[in-house]
Amino acid sequence: MTFLWAFVIGGLLCVMAQLILDLFPVTPAHVLVLFVVLGALFGGVGLYGKLVNFAGAGATVPLPGFGYTLVSGIGEAVKIKGVLGLLTGGLTAAAGGIKAAVLFGLAAALIFKPKT
Amino acid sequence: MGKEGARQLTQEMQDYQTMANQMRPKKPLLKNAVTAFFVGGIICEVGQGVQWFFMQHGMTAKEATSPTTVVMIGVGALLTGLGWYDRVVKRGGMGGSLPITGFSNAMVAPAMEYRPEGLILGVGAKLFTVAGPVLTYGLAAAFVVGLVRYLITGVA
Repeated sequence: MTFLWAFVIGGLLCVMAQLILDLFPVTPAHVLVLFVVLGALFGGVGLYGKLVNFAGAGATVPLPGFGYTLVSGIGEAVKIKGVLGLLTGGLTAAAGGIKAAVLFGLAAALIFKPKT
Repeated sequence: MGKEGARQLTQEMQDYQTMANQMRPKKPLLKNAVTAFFVGGIICEVGQGVQWFFMQHGMTAKEATSPTTVVMIGVGALLTGLGWYDRVVKRGGMGGSLPITGFSNAMVAPAMEYRPEGLILGVGAKLFTVAGPVLTYGLAAAFVVGLVRYLITGVA
């Protein structure tokens, strides 16, 4: 079932983003920032976690999943380290993705030539 | 725009704005939404497939999320390098941009484009054209949310 809901929820999140892009005078970068922040907010109140359990990659692959990862990482770190976890938890949880993005991004930009 | 703002515009400015609004191409809302749904849905389905693969190898869904993200980012960077992902974004709009593959695309594409400006201020800086704001506000929002939760509940 997760396979079905991954498609539907992932698709619907993209539709919401597309509608915001089309209806308001904003750039795609604005929409991405908005969705990361929304992911953090809904993660904080426990709603996004439910969506992740329900839709799997449909919730974690779109960018709000990144905001959710940051917040849930903070939650786990605070349990172990206390207040310091507020500063370390987010990036610890997102470290794999961020490091991969920088490494793969750098490699791709060095290897490939843009087609003009 | 409020009424006071409109009153301050001269007749000429108002005429221009009416004309500009008429000239601006109407966005095909429904078509964009439908393509965004299918493009975004398919990308998430691929992600679910990758996650399923990791789960077959003994990970829980939670454990599999991080390696899945890494694979999707790698695929996004590779397809951007090959020049294919830009077409996905052109067709699918936010359906191509909102998934993490699109985030990867938003890092690689400007870095490739600005490579002639050098490895430091070209590639190194432009990797973060979009990733910079996303990380900045994502981290700030997560901190505030975590802090508020901590102050209310004692645990974040």
